[in-house]
Amino acid sequence: MSTVTTSVDRRSFLKTGLAGATGLIVGFYLPGRREVFADGAEPTVLNAFINVSPNNKITILISKSEMGQGVVTSLSMLAAEELECDWKQIRTEFAPAAKAYFDPVFGMQGTGGSQSVHSGWVPMRTAGATAREMLIAAAAQKWGVDASECHAENGAVIHTASKRRLTYGSVAEAAGKLTPPANVKLKDPSEFKVIGKPTKRLDTPDKVCGKAMFGIDARRPGMLHAAVLRCPIFGGKVASFDASKAKALPGVKDVIQISSGVAVVADNTWTAFQGKKALNVTWDEGPNVGVSSGSIFKAFEERAEKPGVVSRKEGDAASAMAGAAQRIEAVYRVPYEAHATMEPMNCLADVQADRVDIWAPTQFQTPAQGIAAGIAGVKPEQSFVHTTYLGGGFGRRGWSDFVTDACEISKAMKAPVQVTWTREDDMQHDYYRPASYIKMAAGLDASGNPSAFTARVACDSIMNWFFPGSVKNGMDSSSVEGVSDIAYDIPNILVDYQLVSGPIPMGFWRSVGASQNGFFSESFIDELAAAAKKDPYEYRKALLGKKPRHLGVLNLAAEKAGWRQPLPKGMYRGIAVLEAFATYVAEVAEISIDKDNNVKVHRIVCALDCGRVVNPNIIEQQAMSAMVFGLTQTLKGEITIDKGRVVQANFDTNEPLRLNECPKMEVYIVPSTETPTGMGEPAVPPVAPAVCNAIFAATGKRIRKLPVRPDDLT
Amino acid sequence: MAIHFTLNSKPMTLDVNPDMPLLWALRDSLNMTGTKFGCGMALCGACTVHINGEATRSCITPVSSLAGKRVTTIEGLSPDLSHPVQKAWMEIDVPQCGYCQSGQIMAAAALLAKTPHPTDTQIEDAMSGNICRCGTYNQIRKAIQRAAQLQGGGNKSANSDADAAPVQSAEQTIRVFAGGAE
Repeated sequence: MSTVTTSVDRRSFLKTGLAGATGLIVGFYLPGRREVFADGAEPTVLNAFINVSPNNKITILISKSEMGQGVVTSLSMLAAEELECDWKQIRTEFAPAAKAYFDPVFGMQGTGGSQSVHSGWVPMRTAGATAREMLIAAAAQKWGVDASECHAENGAVIHTASKRRLTYGSVAEAAGKLTPPANVKLKDPSEFKVIGKPTKRLDTPDKVCGKAMFGIDARRPGMLHAAVLRCPIFGGKVASFDASKAKALPGVKDVIQISSGVAVVADNTWTAFQGKKALNVTWDEGPNVGVSSGSIFKAFEERAEKPGVVSRKEGDAASAMAGAAQRIEAVYRVPYEAHATMEPMNCLADVQADRVDIWAPTQFQTPAQGIAAGIAGVKPEQSFVHTTYLGGGFGRRGWSDFVTDACEISKAMKAPVQVTWTREDDMQHDYYRPASYIKMAAGLDASGNPSAFTARVACDSIMNWFFPGSVKNGMDSSSVEGVSDIAYDIPNILVDYQLVSGPIPMGFWRSVGASQNGFFSESFIDELAAAAKKDPYEYRKALLGKKPRHLGVLNLAAEKAGWRQPLPKGMYRGIAVLEAFATYVAEVAEISIDKDNNVKVHRIVCALDCGRVVNPNIIEQQAMSAMVFGLTQTLKGEITIDKGRVVQANFDTNEPLRLNECPKMEVYIVPSTETPTGMGEPAVPPVAPAVCNAIFAATGKRIRKLPVRPDDLT
Repeated sequence: MAIHFTLNSKPMTLDVNPDMPLLWALRDSLNMTGTKFGCGMALCGACTVHINGEATRSCITPVSSLAGKRVTTIEGLSPDLSHPVQKAWMEIDVPQCGYCQSGQIMAAAALLAKTPHPTDTQIEDAMSGNICRCGTYNQIRKAIQRAAQLQGGGNKSANSDADAAPVQSAEQTIRVFAGGAE
């Protein structure tokens, strides 16, 4: 982290940490990464990503965390494309924490920002090609022919002229002794056999029989189970505690204080939970007991009265506004949101004198490794991260607070300890999607086109929470992304930001700033269309003339939704389009509203452009997944604060969308030859504005805060 | 007090605190981790198992209530992924993160055992208690319809009673009691 950026944003910040680690990371030999299969066949390490065993099993090491987004399959496809193996030969393994697996953009090992396929696009194919060339060279050596006379096909090397054939398994050991070629030529896309084909997920079989190992399923001999009671008030801490009742429970091993609270250690999870309930803790409540959602939004409102740090300035918005034929102003807000991964936070740690092992559902291996090493008092290379499957991530598991818990308790107990958070712990001690407040204004000319747009965002900064002190000049681009980068052709734009620090922990939440700012900007453009008395699709289309990829998805979504066709009585449509993480998504929502003002979403049509398609199945899955996530945000999800603590505790008070509420969804992909970009997040942001714009079409009521409540429609 | 019941078609004796929910007895005492903890309040369905063929939330079911009952978990649904629901789930590629899927599959298997050809409304009624934060709901609907077709196509044993599916091998059972999954 040597470069100081003046305007810190997540991606550029992480880039500065890269410091020369760019380029290809294949050929990085990892001594000790030899694993003996059950059948005794010892694989040969060809590079950091590929092992080949004598029995022709090929292991792809997955440097990214699998949290449902399909990386195990997508990254394997990239490697397999060049490796020329049989897809059935492939098995996968999560990579250990090591420099070889750093994300070339993040400068560390971690999964986020819809980045995995994009950043793996060249390295994974190169790993496959490098391994293939080494296998070919080894076979050629064995035959005493030139490698150029041989080719690879279906998991074997063929001497083209004589049709002699050696399987990869039979030459792997010899190949492993060769120097990896420095330059390999990657296939022209016209030659792709794997990339672009609908391909079944590799992780499905293990996920339909209970075998897939999530963090919470990790087991070690002699392990103990722990639960932690935390101060419900943010910023509070333990003043004193009485553990006598907890310790009296059969099966409770000990009660200890750790940095996050009081830990009950027992021989099973349930007893640890029971012990937690039996604790009597006196809290030092700290300074935040008076904080509530009301006080937080009041601070946002006050700060939004004053100019903030400018994130985008084009032309002269103030003058253009003064000269506008029509002026539109609006204030929008959104609440905090919890990640609510189905698997609550947990970690199993085994701290020993000279090493620490953690089995963790983590998105960020490098920080987890460092934190575990720090607590154990060992060097980072003595800290071993065993990444498990993640039962949902959505950004939550970039934090390592659950790793800290487990390591501190294991160190104290001198035993392997698994800490498991209850759902209540998870919901009340999250790093939340920021609550946010925005004032927007626009000036329209006589023909209704926007001549000026201004927006002032007031909210807390995620970057300040994740990298304390990193936001030097009050600008965190993740707070304004989705509005600052508004794509419409508007000559005068001014967007600024008021960073309002507070005690509620902030975190990356699926689609990050675009999750709220997309709602703001795409609802507001709809307001402008209404003020201009124009069709919301046509209005957008006319203002996106210079944005072909936005236009491509917008037109496709409108076409597939039948935008110009009338809907049955009682049904209404709304549209939205946004770019997030360099993927372009437009959605059309169809809704009805019952007599009690409940909104029912019947159908969402999604059109997207994520560059070249790697696996259309996974793209469709992720788009639908993101739309459901977006619908929860739109219609149900809300975290509120009272007396310095989170009000909601479980799925009864903060309930994700359920099956009976799930609309029909259709996903259409705009063909592209651009470098692939991610699909984990970008289909979230258009959902809320598309639904709320449909509510406007139905009722004339403009929804300016989420989630939508029946009262908002009256 | 030891509780006797049938677990995945095998006799089981559990001597744990009788108030302990079945979920934790499975996960921590028997090392059968396929059944998942999600909420602890029967709100999310991640912990769904079958008790006497009924989809039941194991997180609020005390071990004391199991005496003489038949319990089936995801591990006991089939020994080889051959249950029609598992087959359909694989064909449609339902799971994403996969964490809720044991519960979804057990809920779906219980539905199909009683209602071999469920309507959309019957699917909604049976499945809306199971939360999937990845939002695989439409794939779940599709896979249940597909499983109905598959089991109608001749797999009569699974059709008549999901609990009658074959059980874990003896080898697996030994491993469970040896305590080390690694």
